[in-house]
Amino acid sequence: MLRYLALRLARAALTIVLVVTFAFVVLRLSGDPALIIMSPEAPEEAIQAFRHAWGLDQPIWIQYIDYFTAIAQGDLGVSFRDGRPALQLVAERIPATLILTIPALLLKICVGIPAGIHAALHRNSTTDRLVMAAAVAGFTVPSFVLGLLLVLLFAVQLGWLPSGGQESWRSMILPVITLGFGGAGVLARFTRSAMLEVLGQPYIRTALAKGVPWHRVVRGHALPNAAIPTVTVVGFMVGSLIAGAVVVESVFSWPGVGRLLVVSVSNRDLAVVQCILLLVASTMVVSNLIVDLLYGVLDPRLRAGASGGH
Amino acid sequence: MGESLVSLRDLQVRFNGVPALRGVDLDLAKGEAVGLVGESGSGKSVTWLSALGLLPNTAVTTGSVRLGNTELLDAPAATLDDVRGGRIAMIFQDPASALNPVQRVGRQVVEALRLHRGMDGAQAWAEARRLFELVGIPDAGRRLEVYPHEMSGGQNQRVMIAMALAGQPELLVADEPTTALDATIQAQILDLLRRLQQETGMALVLISHDLGVVADMCSRVAVMYAGRIVEQAPTDLLFAHPAHPYTQGLLGALPDMVGPKRRLAAIPGSVPEPWNLPQGCAFAPRCEHADEACLEMPAFVDIEDGHIAACVHATARVRELA
Repeated sequence: MLRYLALRLARAALTIVLVVTFAFVVLRLSGDPALIIMSPEAPEEAIQAFRHAWGLDQPIWIQYIDYFTAIAQGDLGVSFRDGRPALQLVAERIPATLILTIPALLLKICVGIPAGIHAALHRNSTTDRLVMAAAVAGFTVPSFVLGLLLVLLFAVQLGWLPSGGQESWRSMILPVITLGFGGAGVLARFTRSAMLEVLGQPYIRTALAKGVPWHRVVRGHALPNAAIPTVTVVGFMVGSLIAGAVVVESVFSWPGVGRLLVVSVSNRDLAVVQCILLLVASTMVVSNLIVDLLYGVLDPRLRAGASGGH
Repeated sequence: MGESLVSLRDLQVRFNGVPALRGVDLDLAKGEAVGLVGESGSGKSVTWLSALGLLPNTAVTTGSVRLGNTELLDAPAATLDDVRGGRIAMIFQDPASALNPVQRVGRQVVEALRLHRGMDGAQAWAEARRLFELVGIPDAGRRLEVYPHEMSGGQNQRVMIAMALAGQPELLVADEPTTALDATIQAQILDLLRRLQQETGMALVLISHDLGVVADMCSRVAVMYAGRIVEQAPTDLLFAHPAHPYTQGLLGALPDMVGPKRRLAAIPGSVPEPWNLPQGCAFAPRCEHADEACLEMPAFVDIEDGHIAACVHATARVRELA
């Protein structure tokens, strides 16, 4: 088990390094921050001085080594724009994002999973068709379209809710629904197909044949087996808690990490973008790790594989 | 025949309009061991799955299934839950997939004990352990704690049997219980079933495509073809004077244990598709004795005591062979 865990951790670390490296290279190939921040009309000496101050005049591999040395010492760089540590800038925005994404995650789980179970248990019924139609709508309509439609209806036409900003809890409602709807659809579909798969298994027939009442077959035999694939999807959703709201935050002018990312990318504020990507990669990797460990809890067959050191 | 336990009358099953069972009549006495023989798709398993209400919703079942004074077809869910596992238990072909993979095997047996014997806690676990010992699982106490994937197919089938015995059923339906197992394990499981049947006095229905297995275990045999029983007789009579050409074909395909070597006789042709059944006798297109009379659905003919066959030519031919 320990060896398995060590191996998984090493792979997780490697994933993060790869993501950060990729971001580092792409960002430096995609435009000169000096020209964007200083404007192209700035005097040549000023631009040179800016490049020198931030080490942008060094060869890219030296910048890369410097960058990783700094990360290893816990230094994630300083924002070009306001000179504050990038980590601090990002950390300030995290609560605002989580206050949207955590309720949205709960919405996905509390709506998507029961809807999927219900649809599977009443396969081909009207409710099944309705749930699946809503689910398809949920993950095919882009979140900015849904967000704008909700704003149009509830803010502009009806005037019930604010169209954006962060004044009160009422400002949260539309962005949370926008974020949660698509995910609930994805989860409903996954849960439904996982349940249908499990309900067709011979052990369900065995449970019925030994006289277990249907509702207990569902709870005691079908759900624990269907939980295994469903957990994977929930894991992805947990992994995107920090970066999952980029579009929605922009639509609702919500001052979270996502908006900071959009602004920092267009400003080529390299340290901030890299800091956010590192954070996103880390949450993704950590949630995947948790999912892997959860598999072992949910499925004894995988537990045996894990302790065997595969 | 002794006191009646289960009687099936004109049991018919259709899946989306396609017939799978076309009127099965079968009686079972208390404590009796009956074999149900036929090729896959002949309706052996469907007969008992439909009797216990275990078929998916796409199946439409008609007829009657009586267990004592209780009608099981369209019975309320609570009645069926009591009967299943409590009065009629069933075990299946592939024990590895028939057990819940994420539950310890002991818990799966204990669940049945809770449901049908009202046992709880330590008492239920002690009884589960006794059942494990009864079905010959070595190191029973520790084996209660393992998961199905940690056991062999034969051991899993023993768990299934222990689970089936948990409710002290009056009838055990064993649906091809050894088909998925190695030959040596097959014999052990069949021995176990025979011993348990004698010790507990429960009735046994052994579903198999193997006439040899059935001959060994059962006092009576019913042969199924294309969703109907075509011949039914005490085992010795069926082997001595098979009356239906299909049964004769099945016996001809068995190798002789004594006498000179001979070519095994195969039945020509193949089983008709259920959505494309011939008129009258479903076996007629493969039968060398078939004539115009076979275009009518054949009624059962009494051959001798307790021996019936659904073939218009049966009596004549048995006399000929005798």
